Amino acid sequence: MRPVLYVLSFLAVIALGFWAYRENYATQAALKEVEGLQRQIVDLREALSVQRAEWAYLNRPDRLRDLTTANFDRLGLLPMEPSQFGAAAQVAYPKAKLPEISNSTDIQGTLAAPEEGL
Amino acid sequence: MRTPLRPLARILQARQEGLNPDMIEKENLKLRHDVQREKARGRAQYRLVILCASFVMVFGAIGARMGLMAATEPVEPRTSAPGAEIIAQRADITDRNGRILATNMLTYALYAQPKLMVDPKGSARKLGEIFPELDAAALERRFTDGRSFVWVRKVLSPEQMQQVYDIGDPGLLFGPREMRLYPNGTLAAHVLGGASFGAEGVQSAEVIGTAGIEKALDARLRDPAQGNKPVTLSIDLTLQSTVEEVLAAGVGMLNARGAAAILMNARTGEVLALASLPTFDPNDRSSARTDKTAEPGDSPLFNRAVQGVYELGSTFKIFTVAQAMELGLVTPETMVDANAPLKWGRFKINEFDNKNYGPLLSVSDVIAKSSNVATANIALMIGGLRQQAFLKSLGFFDKTPVELVEASGSRPIIPQKWSDIVTITVGYGQGFASSPMNLATGYATVANGGVLIKPTLLKREGPTTGVRVMSEKTARDSVKMLRRVVTEGTASLGDVPGYEVAGKTGTAEKPKKTGGYYKDRNINTFGAVFPASNPQYVLVVMMDEAVDTTLSEARRTAGWTAVPVAAEIIRRVAPLMGLRPTLEPPATDALTAASN
Repeated sequence: MRPVLYVLSFLAVIALGFWAYRENYATQAALKEVEGLQRQIVDLREALSVQRAEWAYLNRPDRLRDLTTANFDRLGLLPMEPSQFGAAAQVAYPKAKLPEISNSTDIQGTLAAPEEGL
Repeated sequence: MRTPLRPLARILQARQEGLNPDMIEKENLKLRHDVQREKARGRAQYRLVILCASFVMVFGAIGARMGLMAATEPVEPRTSAPGAEIIAQRADITDRNGRILATNMLTYALYAQPKLMVDPKGSARKLGEIFPELDAAALERRFTDGRSFVWVRKVLSPEQMQQVYDIGDPGLLFGPREMRLYPNGTLAAHVLGGASFGAEGVQSAEVIGTAGIEKALDARLRDPAQGNKPVTLSIDLTLQSTVEEVLAAGVGMLNARGAAAILMNARTGEVLALASLPTFDPNDRSSARTDKTAEPGDSPLFNRAVQGVYELGSTFKIFTVAQAMELGLVTPETMVDANAPLKWGRFKINEFDNKNYGPLLSVSDVIAKSSNVATANIALMIGGLRQQAFLKSLGFFDKTPVELVEASGSRPIIPQKWSDIVTITVGYGQGFASSPMNLATGYATVANGGVLIKPTLLKREGPTTGVRVMSEKTARDSVKMLRRVVTEGTASLGDVPGYEVAGKTGTAEKPKKTGGYYKDRNINTFGAVFPASNPQYVLVVMMDEAVDTTLSEARRTAGWTAVPVAAEIIRRVAPLMGLRPTLEPPATDALTAASN
């Protein structure tokens, strides 16, 4: 009985050693991957901040003003003015479509002067 | 096996020999004790060894760990998850809508280690070609005089960096730098101020604010815990750009030395636009420095809106009148003595152009016509002590409380002794200098119904509270009077249809350094409130030595200079703020008025 136990525990030690060895390398690989990802995040963040700065630079009011002046023919943009405010009532609604005329009847008659008292 | 103390064989033998058998017992007892003692000693020895061994092991373990920790290179924990603050950097500054006003950019600094250099002379010459502002000869001297480290340039553009790479000298090295960038150039330059490098190392350098809000909020901007949260200003980029554009056009047309404009929300005290001309580029602050002989007030770096203290002239009259109404001394209809000139001791108070509005003028007309004499009389009714207390409560005795480092140096110039003549002149804004920002705060108090608010450059959330300085009725009546200045008084050019501009002009002669005043150099100010029926915004425009020469005679009063500029600003800015033009009640025509 005893030798069997010895052999079994020896095998268990070997198996655990193999497992620990593999875990060690897997952890190191994961750490390396995390490091790479972090570096990538830093790079992307940097790129993002540069792009944000560039966006702000390209959208600076001076430049936009010059561009609207240069492209006035196409865009026709002018500074906003008080007269551009309007009431909702001034908005033209699309005209309601008339239903198609069906079952038309012709009416004939003459126009007469309205009677007095009407 | 236990040996008996009195073995029978030996006892019997001893008895036969006539010896004392007790001796045998004693001897055996002694032997037994010896054995016992030997055993106890052995055990104690064993315990001591165990104890020693455990001490050695524990101290050994601690010592080994300490040695290990001291000997190994420190490593960042690799497994902890990084937050957003991977790069601890200076926080961005944005306008109220989140548009970037100041941000950081990664660039490189160039340094040299002459000991590693292959060809110091050739490299110095080539560097001189790349950077024309560097002195190649001086650089060569520094490369060859035996030092081991030389800074060459603080920041490089990518193109320049490539050119330096192309020199190919291993002694020319680059250190990463975070550079402060103001993408909008000169826009809001006086608000932002500028930044430069503080302590510099090879791997990094600290960026410190040198002026404006960058310096005033330096600690917040550098706080690593808040590095990813931008500081949101109350400034609106669009309004700021419009105000600067119109103001610059005004300065050009009126040949002014400089100008300032402040647009403020009268309810919250938020400054929506703050401009000062001439201006500078915060990206390149150093080039804006003028020579030392020039007056500091003329430097582009000088913030006229906050740093400059000027005698703001008749714009002050509304405060005198408002106080008199608050104290119940007058009502808008009260008739006041306006007989010019007013003699007070050896002084003579005149109206503009030596006019005479007298003998009597209603208080409302005092403001509309801007009568010095009548205001002087009202000021005398109030008295110096009460006048001081009122101006103090409006913040005119303190430096401007905005978040700019320049503001702390802008203490108003207050007369030492407050004699009656001071009461008179301060009543109409002479002999008392304060910054345009202080004036804007005072006008905001009138506009918002009498509550003193603290001007701020930071976006405010929620309502603000302040100290009530005057009653709502006084404030409302004051605004009505200011409205009359525009409809029928000195600021008729300030009327913008639909926006009910109310305001007061101020024309003050500039004081000479040698004493006295210049006759032909004015500070023109226009303090405006709009729309008058429900005042929401305050605009202060100040122009330095502006002159209107469109007509044959040169006009230097505020009504011809600051007012039209302010009107154009309001016309452009109000729609941008979403302010709807109101339908103003049609003017009662003369016939109906007469028939009534």
